[in-house]
Amino acid sequence: MAAFVVRRLSSMALVLFTVSVLVFAVFNVIPNGDPAVRMAGQAPSDFEIQAIRQEWGFDEPVWVQYATMMRKLATGDVVSYFTQANVVDEIVRGAPHTFSLAIGAALIWFAVGVVLGLVSAVRAGRASDRLITVLAVIGVSVPGFWVGALANHYLGFRLGIFPNGGYVPLTENPLRWAYHLVLPWLTLALLLTGVYARVLRTHLLDTLSASHVQAARAKGITGRQVLLRHVLRNSLIPVVTLWGLDFGVVVGGGAILIEAVFDLEGVGQYAAQAIGDLDVPPVLAVTLFGAFFIVVVNALVDIAYAWLDPRVRPR
Amino acid sequence: MSPPLLRVEDLRVSFVSPHGRVQAVDGVSFEVASGEILAVVGESGSGKSVTALTLIGLTRVPGVRIEGVATLRELDLLGAREDELEQIRGRRIATVFQDALSALNPVYRVGDQIAEQIRAHEDVGRSTARGRAVELLGRVGIPRAKERARAFPHELSGGMRQRATIAMALSCEPELLVADEPTTALDVTIQAQILGLLAELRDEAGIAVVLITHDLGVVAEVADRVAVMYAGQIVEAGSLEEVFYDPQHPYTWGLLGCISRVDRPRTANLPAIPGRPPSLTAPPSGCRFAPRCPHSFPPCATPPPLAIRAGHPDRCWLEPTEKRLRRVVEGRIGLVAGATR
Repeated sequence: MAAFVVRRLSSMALVLFTVSVLVFAVFNVIPNGDPAVRMAGQAPSDFEIQAIRQEWGFDEPVWVQYATMMRKLATGDVVSYFTQANVVDEIVRGAPHTFSLAIGAALIWFAVGVVLGLVSAVRAGRASDRLITVLAVIGVSVPGFWVGALANHYLGFRLGIFPNGGYVPLTENPLRWAYHLVLPWLTLALLLTGVYARVLRTHLLDTLSASHVQAARAKGITGRQVLLRHVLRNSLIPVVTLWGLDFGVVVGGGAILIEAVFDLEGVGQYAAQAIGDLDVPPVLAVTLFGAFFIVVVNALVDIAYAWLDPRVRPR
Repeated sequence: MSPPLLRVEDLRVSFVSPHGRVQAVDGVSFEVASGEILAVVGESGSGKSVTALTLIGLTRVPGVRIEGVATLRELDLLGAREDELEQIRGRRIATVFQDALSALNPVYRVGDQIAEQIRAHEDVGRSTARGRAVELLGRVGIPRAKERARAFPHELSGGMRQRATIAMALSCEPELLVADEPTTALDVTIQAQILGLLAELRDEAGIAVVLITHDLGVVAEVADRVAVMYAGQIVEAGSLEEVFYDPQHPYTWGLLGCISRVDRPRTANLPAIPGRPPSLTAPPSGCRFAPRCPHSFPPCATPPPLAIRAGHPDRCWLEPTEKRLRRVVEGRIGLVAGATR
């Protein structure tokens, strides 16, 4: 276990370092990326620009700038170039929004995906299986931001069944929190529900033909018990793994468009704005936050996998 | 006289395949009495496993056609509903499969899998069932049974796993045990132990056993009676002595010839039956073994019925006197000579 933790931590450090260098480098070579020029406002004099350069340390060598940035990130002192707001504070403020969106959507796509996958495996080749396949393909093919925009416009703006975007904290009013999130959840879940149904269906059909399932039937347990305990339980192992990884991806930036469409003011939307402004500190911080989260989730997935499948447990 | 424990009469099972209907079992009949071990012998694809699985309703797949009679005491196995079969499986007819590693679910503890079967048939609590599982594991000769009950299948050795599946099969004191190649995946020494265990169970608990195998060595070890299957049909049936010492069907000779024996001069290669088993979508119109049989002659163009020609039934047109001469190859029973150097 100790070796596992050490291995994970060192790989996490490597991932975070690589990501930070890449992001920092990209914003240094990007055309019109000079923050001093952008910060100086309209028609600045060379003198003003020079002053900003000196004040913010943009005249230092790149690696010094990088080191300064990382130090400030580590101490939590890093601020946006344009709003001067503390970046870490902004992320902490936006994180509950992003997690609310991701957790709800992940639960929906997992639960609905499992039910649909189960139905389509049990009824493989029949009408209900084909219908689910078609729906899954549509769900995967339709862009989430488009569906989100349509849903927001018609169900929110026109009909007023749902709020027209926005976010209410869970602590403030749980009902209104859920009410505001229903459309974003469904929109985000739409993409992955079909994928999960299809993946689970494949694993179920594989497991159904396994010898231990025939042996389980020979024991005289009911067909339903065979299906749930012996077929579904075993088929869920790879699906749960996938779920953890997808959840990491969604929190780590995969839901930016959905956040923006529904104006949820989450971390993703914050990052999207910062990218538009070529505002390096928030982009870097959010990227590292995402990468960190994905690495952590990966480690959790490995632990969950060992818990679900005794064959991969270390003795 | 009370009916035999298991009676199978003219059983026919066919499946749909892309190449047409496959007649996997084609008119099989046999009986098994309590406390008796019947060995069903044949190559892969001869229909022996399908016969066994049909008895417990596990061949009821879309497109299957099952005809004939199969009864356990008075109970009609082929006509039973699925929920009735669930009551029979594991409780009255228990099954042991070839590969215990793949017959056990990898994600549950061995003891829990045994307990699951007990709880499927008896109204007992989880801890009682677990206690019984430990007891059963001890009974089939697993040392430190309590600890082993908490092991996952992959943590046990092959022999121990097969013992565990036998323990599971015994858990509800079945009347009939169907063992489908129970020793094929095991070392020879472990094989002997498992066979010994089966014979012991028969002696102590009076359990009847249908032992499915392709290995005549295994048959010689424990069987009371033998049925030899070829291409979906029984080609010869009799007591162990009859089939081993007075085999009537050339296919049986071939199987017997394949056993390597240390008390006979060595041949360079083990003699093998030439050719392959026939396709079951379009079996030969006459004797099904004729295309592979060096002794075939014109009458073989008509299918021989299973009839008693020399003490026990077989499906071969040759005269018994002729058979006695032809079945001796290189001083022992065989179909073809082993290749010489």
